[in-house]
Amino acid sequence: MKPFDYVRPATVTEAVAAGAHPGAVYLAAGTNLLDLMKGNISRPDRLVDVTHLEGLDGIERLADGSLRIGALVSNADLAHDAGFARSYPAVAEALLSGASAQLRNAATVGGNLLQRTRCAYFYDTASRCNKRDAGSGCDARDGENRGHAVLGWSENCIATHPSDFCVPLVALDAIVEIEGSNGRREIALEALHRLPGDAPERESALEPGDLIVAVRLPPVASGFAAHARYLKVRERTSYAFAMVSAAAALRIESGKIAEARLALGGVAAKPWRARAAEDVLKGVAPTADAFQEAAWRALTDAKPSGDNAFKIELARRIVVRALTLATAVTPARLPALPASPFASTSGAIHA
Amino acid sequence: MNHSISLTVNGARRDFVLDDPRVTLLDLLRERLHLTGTKKGCDRGQCGACTILVDGRRINSCLALAISHGGADIVTIEGVARGDQLHPVQAAFIAHDGFQCGFCTPGQIMSAIGMMSEAQAGNDPERIRECMSGNLCRCGAYAGIVDAVLDAQGQMDETNQRRSA
Repeated sequence: MKPFDYVRPATVTEAVAAGAHPGAVYLAAGTNLLDLMKGNISRPDRLVDVTHLEGLDGIERLADGSLRIGALVSNADLAHDAGFARSYPAVAEALLSGASAQLRNAATVGGNLLQRTRCAYFYDTASRCNKRDAGSGCDARDGENRGHAVLGWSENCIATHPSDFCVPLVALDAIVEIEGSNGRREIALEALHRLPGDAPERESALEPGDLIVAVRLPPVASGFAAHARYLKVRERTSYAFAMVSAAAALRIESGKIAEARLALGGVAAKPWRARAAEDVLKGVAPTADAFQEAAWRALTDAKPSGDNAFKIELARRIVVRALTLATAVTPARLPALPASPFASTSGAIHA
Repeated sequence: MNHSISLTVNGARRDFVLDDPRVTLLDLLRERLHLTGTKKGCDRGQCGACTILVDGRRINSCLALAISHGGADIVTIEGVARGDQLHPVQAAFIAHDGFQCGFCTPGQIMSAIGMMSEAQAGNDPERIRECMSGNLCRCGAYAGIVDAVLDAQGQMDETNQRRSA
């Protein structure tokens, strides 16, 4: 690991000033950053430790019905907050399907949003990677790429964003609050992560010094609580990143879908909102035919980036299955294996 | 630049001067305090052999910078027995053959102790397996580990019932 300077700012303003220096990165729990630094993939000159900043670790219901989650709330504390899990069950399920209990105890909300891809070529410093070393090339393109992107990729980068948490969040129109050199601003989570295009090294809309201080769920987000699930296919039952995942949330009124939300994980460099699929579900009965149509719409633009054409069909099936599970009432208690298609859950119908 | 931190480790206050901010809690415990029960397996947060309790919560000590954890209350495998009396989870691992080579065992035991205080798994073997998935065992002693955790959970439930009766 390259040596670095360590600074611990006392306030958010001090943090932003310290974080704006070239070579500086923020340290929250470090569960991803330390791993990257040990592998010489990230080589910061300065760590700005934000873990001791006041006021960033609360979960707060606002007067308008929004929920504000501080950037330093741990993944475990958020998922196990009973009120949170009741109002946003798909988000809780996604959180608990990610990483291990030890990592969830440490990892933070803000850090989860900004975790880096798990592309093996990004991690292997002997490989060419445009994300790690801009302009060097992409060894994933002709390499082992069965887990790589099928949506939104470019010839320069076919990596995926690994977060589970972000998938239902983007479906529910989450907002990211950012403190930067020019003060406070907010953007839709959907606009935080960038597709690779010709600059895969630029992964987010954040500028130097920008610090995520909170994530907000708008008032309508809790309106999907009765019919909301997260479903995740991985290569082992637990403690693995998504091959393909989907968050499905429905508002069902008088037997018809008043509003649908759908997002996919593991398929692109960002959590992938499937608005065309949502549109086709609006106002129709929640039937298998409607879900099949939605699945086709969600993957219309998908194309393999290598040996991963199977992910397109897999994603269609996961969409149908997630919508089917969401139509059945959200279980009062999360299944023993959160988000697993192999969980013994009532309401599961094979797609 | 040197940084000073204080930790409580297994009940005792310890003061450190860190001449390099790269030191993890794992390396501090092993190299400075010679508490080598906490194991360095992968050193990348994938195997769980380095699991300790920090302020009562189980975490991977290999991914935690010591400098960021000043003031923390740390419990390692060396701190769970009372003299010669093993912690119920330790005793259950012996009773149920919850190990073969033993390398992952301190992490498994610390993880199980942390899991019980999280109270998410109860006595459901499927939930226990899920909640313990952050601890790998290359010998494949998983069946014994689940039995040991179930047994220890049962004993602790009984103890709690007796206390509340």
